[in-house]
Amino acid sequence: MSHDEISFHLPPPATAIPAPPPQPAPTMVPLTIDGRAIEVAAGSTLIDACKTLDITIPTLCYLETLTPVNACRVCVVEVEGARVLAPACSRQVEAGMVVQSRSARVDLSRKVVLELLGSSVDLSTAPGLSEMMAEYGARPERFQEVIGSASAVSSVAKPIKIDNDLYVRDYGKCVLCYKCVEACGTDAQHTFAIAVAGRGFNAHISTELDVPLPDSACVYCGNCIAVCPTGALMATPEFELRKAGEWRPETQAVTDTICPYCDVGCTLTVHVQDQQIVKVTSPFDNDVTRGNLCVKGRFGFEYVNK
Amino acid sequence: MPRASPVWRRYLAWGGGTSSYQEIEETDCILLWGSNARETHPIFFHHLLAGLKRGAKLYAIDPRRTATAQWAEVWAGLDVGTDIALSNTMAREIIASGLANREFIDHATTGFEAYRDLVEPWTLERGAAETGVPAAVIREMAHTFATARRAIICWTLGITEHHTAVDNVMSLINLALLTGHVGRWGSGLNPLRGQNNVQGGGDMGALPDRLPGFQHVENDAVRAKFDAFYGVTVPPKKGWHLSDMFNAMDRGELRALYVIGENPVQSEADQHRATRLLEGLELLVVQDIFLTETARRADVVFPAAAGAFESAGTFTNSERRVQRVRKTLDPPGEAREDLAIICDLARRLGHDWTPDAEVIWNEVRQLSPVHAGMSYARLDQHSGLQWPCYDDQHPGELFLHGRLWERPVRGPRAPFSLVKHELPLDQLNAEFPLRLTTGRRLAEYNTGVQTGSYASPTRRGAVVAPVHVDQGLRPGLTFMTFHFPDDVATNMLTSDATDPLVSTAEFKATAVRIERA
Amino acid sequence: MQDAISWIRHGALNYICTRLSVPPAEAWGVVTFYHLLATGPRPAAVVHVCDDIACRLNGADQLCRDLESRLGHAVHRSPYLGQCDQGSAALVTKAGPDADRFVLAPTSADDVAGALSVRTVPTVPKVPRVGASASGARIVRRMTVVDATSLASYRQHGGYAALAKAIAIGPAAVIAEVSAARLLGRGGAAFPTGRKWEAVAREPAQPHFVVCNADESEPGTFKDRVLMEQDPFAVIEAMTICGIATGSACGFIYIRGEYPESEAAIGEAITQARAAGLLGPRVAGSHHAFEIEIRRGGGAYICGEETALFSSIEGKRGEPRSKPPYSAQHGLFGQPTVVNNVETLVNVLDILTEGGAQWAKTGTAGSTGTRMFCLSGHVARPGLYEIECGQTLRHAIELAGGVPGGRALQAVLLGGAAGTFVGPDALEMPLSFEGARAANATLGSGVIMVFDETADLMDTLARIAQFFRDESCGQCVPCRVGTVRQEELLRRRDPGSGTGDPGTVLLNELGQAMRDASICGLGQTAASAIESAFANISSLKGARP
Repeated sequence: MSHDEISFHLPPPATAIPAPPPQPAPTMVPLTIDGRAIEVAAGSTLIDACKTLDITIPTLCYLETLTPVNACRVCVVEVEGARVLAPACSRQVEAGMVVQSRSARVDLSRKVVLELLGSSVDLSTAPGLSEMMAEYGARPERFQEVIGSASAVSSVAKPIKIDNDLYVRDYGKCVLCYKCVEACGTDAQHTFAIAVAGRGFNAHISTELDVPLPDSACVYCGNCIAVCPTGALMATPEFELRKAGEWRPETQAVTDTICPYCDVGCTLTVHVQDQQIVKVTSPFDNDVTRGNLCVKGRFGFEYVNK
Repeated sequence: MPRASPVWRRYLAWGGGTSSYQEIEETDCILLWGSNARETHPIFFHHLLAGLKRGAKLYAIDPRRTATAQWAEVWAGLDVGTDIALSNTMAREIIASGLANREFIDHATTGFEAYRDLVEPWTLERGAAETGVPAAVIREMAHTFATARRAIICWTLGITEHHTAVDNVMSLINLALLTGHVGRWGSGLNPLRGQNNVQGGGDMGALPDRLPGFQHVENDAVRAKFDAFYGVTVPPKKGWHLSDMFNAMDRGELRALYVIGENPVQSEADQHRATRLLEGLELLVVQDIFLTETARRADVVFPAAAGAFESAGTFTNSERRVQRVRKTLDPPGEAREDLAIICDLARRLGHDWTPDAEVIWNEVRQLSPVHAGMSYARLDQHSGLQWPCYDDQHPGELFLHGRLWERPVRGPRAPFSLVKHELPLDQLNAEFPLRLTTGRRLAEYNTGVQTGSYASPTRRGAVVAPVHVDQGLRPGLTFMTFHFPDDVATNMLTSDATDPLVSTAEFKATAVRIERA
Repeated sequence: MQDAISWIRHGALNYICTRLSVPPAEAWGVVTFYHLLATGPRPAAVVHVCDDIACRLNGADQLCRDLESRLGHAVHRSPYLGQCDQGSAALVTKAGPDADRFVLAPTSADDVAGALSVRTVPTVPKVPRVGASASGARIVRRMTVVDATSLASYRQHGGYAALAKAIAIGPAAVIAEVSAARLLGRGGAAFPTGRKWEAVAREPAQPHFVVCNADESEPGTFKDRVLMEQDPFAVIEAMTICGIATGSACGFIYIRGEYPESEAAIGEAITQARAAGLLGPRVAGSHHAFEIEIRRGGGAYICGEETALFSSIEGKRGEPRSKPPYSAQHGLFGQPTVVNNVETLVNVLDILTEGGAQWAKTGTAGSTGTRMFCLSGHVARPGLYEIECGQTLRHAIELAGGVPGGRALQAVLLGGAAGTFVGPDALEMPLSFEGARAANATLGSGVIMVFDETADLMDTLARIAQFFRDESCGQCVPCRVGTVRQEELLRRRDPGSGTGDPGTVLLNELGQAMRDASICGLGQTAASAIESAFANISSLKGARP
């Protein structure tokens, strides 16, 4: 190997630090939220605008990494002059908008929406839902009190689907937020193993022809589990531990590490309970993964569990 | 085990992909060459899909019509081992159509005239005949690639697991130099590493001729720095590649081997020979998380902790991002972290090293300029940093070789390489008429941890395996994975012909025949 | 496939997906969305019997029970079939070599059983009852005299004069005339047509699309069906003018699946128009290109909502989209799109031949022109009546012969299931947009359904609630679950006692949330008829839940 080779000395650093091409400065749009005037970039949603003012908007079907489907309607806000309330998750800001993030109309809609869900769906494993219910004074039991018998109040309860070793589908807990469909489809995985089938109250998440997962296009990336807001989709270890009454998140050590398989470098957030890995997720704000993993990263840890 | 071969650092000076994942979302043309990234790099492919959604065109160059090819504008199904023929044909078409980036070539490269003369005979017709890819497809790829505002080439082991591994990579570098698709946002050359931290191993000098940070071991100034820091003398000569080692074993020059986290008995090409050589060693030490087939033959076995879950340190990914690895579990039984084992060994040999990952990392930062700015605190803060990162203020570099576009060029110009098409050494004939290639599937990984049986003999051995007809394979091509060596020892069949420079074995091109078992 | 074997066979669906590169899970989502598509084996001949509000007044429930006992699982109860003027109706679909689809209206259990057993049934042309007030006869004037199957006949009766004028004066002038006429949409939303056309014409993005919304699904409405069957060339001509005015070369007419006769009439008209060079690359020899494609609905009320209709044309589930963005910018296939109701479009013909300003002299200042009202229920002569805007509700009911048998009027449902109930005290209400608004009512799509003193309004309300539950697409929570709860509250055994009662409070809050928080018009109006009934109908005031 001769010493004049290009590799023999490290090349000098570039004069300028490499950067993406500059973006034109965004047009700013003025609007008023809860009496406070702000300007945000054109194309922002009302929820983005609220964030800049530290106004928290409750959400179920919204996630930064997914296209808003505005299906759950708990994020509705009042836009002055509009006939109906607007979903903050998807409505884009317009110049001169006057928005109320809380009002009697807003609170009533949020309360009723939560009551409709609470009376039809098992929300027992949905993080944050009981706090949300308390905040809006939602009492899902009102329907049963008025209608009389529990059986006359329809629910989406159905048998739990356990048809593979990696995760469990309990659609009695499904609020039909569409997040799993989006994560399986064009917002991340592009596998299209699931879609919404049926209509109205019978609408439900389904594989093609309702076949079991192993017969479907599913590749077990578990990106649907990651976005599920209610625990309707749950990895098997968590499901088994909950069933045994041994799921103790408060005792779990949660640590970020890097996936040991290919060299893409996905951050794994590892949840350990009693020296066992019980769950693997990835942060949604991670530039490499955006919360997504593949089957190996999400489920390929059994070899280190005892 | 397949090793990526960051040899191309010799020609562009750095051993790493030039672009960031973010750029593949904003490029206009992607050549995915010998890579089934949809299955082998699923999360990278998410970024690529985002690019496709933005309107980028994807060309999948692969003998197999893979899951990746389904997303491509066009699938260029070339014959195994004709990659150079294809790239040279594309180059000739680009030059002949006046689409070469003459300004960039004159400004930042050397050796263009010789390269032009080399590829001149590679007309579309000849290229099509040699590769099996229709002339119109080659032409379309060449034109789209050359005229794209931004274009990225990515490859995986389909390029490197050949005896012409280095030449294959260089032929792709030539295409990028020819069109100026390197050193700019959204344009670059990116090997997708097959295994976790392949990049990091190279970064840290786990290469025969390198010290940490790609500093050449035969460079006196570099060595003087290391000598001074450690108070020892670093051997002034580069060491052996893996295949050199096996050859040295064969010659009786190499008699003791310390294997960490590899399973050469099952992962080396031509398993018969590898096993015989390993068994002939005077001392074989194996450090692994499993009692592998190699470990079973060892004199001493160190049970090791699992890298990602039971140890601390850093990994470097395919976009040169150094990322922190944190311990999440205690290792089982007597297993210990690699670092603790090595430090203990060092202590027995008279050196008192601190078995602490951060302390060692800070040593790296002092000796390797490109890692200098990456303190653990900053790695935490930024979710990892991309090298080069020269100091505490440096944000890391999204893409490499911006220097080639500076006026004047900073540092040396980039040379074209004269690479010639050669067919795989394991040639097809009447006795072995079919081509066998190997690869990985989505849910499986290497030799870690399944429809009538047929025997598949080659010049080296035979295995019995189930056979099914795959619409994604062109006539004359067969495919096997290497995931289940205990059931089907695919590498009994493969050739250990290696690349002379980097010793990657020709896993991807074996001549076979199939007979009923 | 449904025509071939009467249901969607799974293997065949997979094959279609492979050929079209459509993910099978998504295709399954689409197939299971539409009520007229079957996902399991069923008899080759199937009958859908209307048991919606108007037919219920005529004993549809009994008809269904009779048929169910005679024919079993070949009988499906159906939301309204758009034959409210006929008194009873059944849609028959046959698969196999004799594939056929036809509507029997009025019908009986014997008719249906006969139709299912014979190989083919000659379709008896239904004679619609069409009338007009003295000042009203514009749209209907051609209906009874023209031969709906003949372009020549249409031309003899003034057809294609408007298109000739449109070509002569050019797109901008056409839009100016429509704007001058102050024509408001007749589908229910009453948006100014001229503004809609202008907005699309102005959009730089290409291509533009014209969509004719003929998914007439509002219970009690049948005007578009009668228009399409009696005067199909008028619809085609008006769409062509719209295409020229808005710079669109492609139009879709989305006809509900329950209207096989309308589809046949429009299909025939398109064929003749194309042959005569009135559709195609050079419309009537001009430099304008325009083509029309028919899309058949699959049995989904929601697809009458314009964004759901786009989704449906695009081959997806008929789920509505959030607005904004609006159709004029981001409509069908994401392109600028003008969507008009059948009746709205047909009005354009007279506007062009008479001139917009002249045309606007009919009607009132706020509601120009005439409107087609669909009278059904307890009137002597149910049918389609064209009435000059501003005439009273009493006048409309009298045109249809008033309440028969000397019985007293209990209530009138205006605008259909998504409309409003009014009591006898509202009979002097002018039938104009502003008149309805002043009375807190809506004219919607022109439904006037009359209930005499014998009608069981609670049953009707429960049927309306059931209709919304069945027709909710299921996308948003307030509508998906809210429509179910609304029906449950209305059907509970122990109705409450009025104001302050927890049930009343709950129903009111539910109604408010559905109106405020639903994505589209379906959820937003799912409670309006029910709320208005309790507010306006004296017989319900004590029974209020």
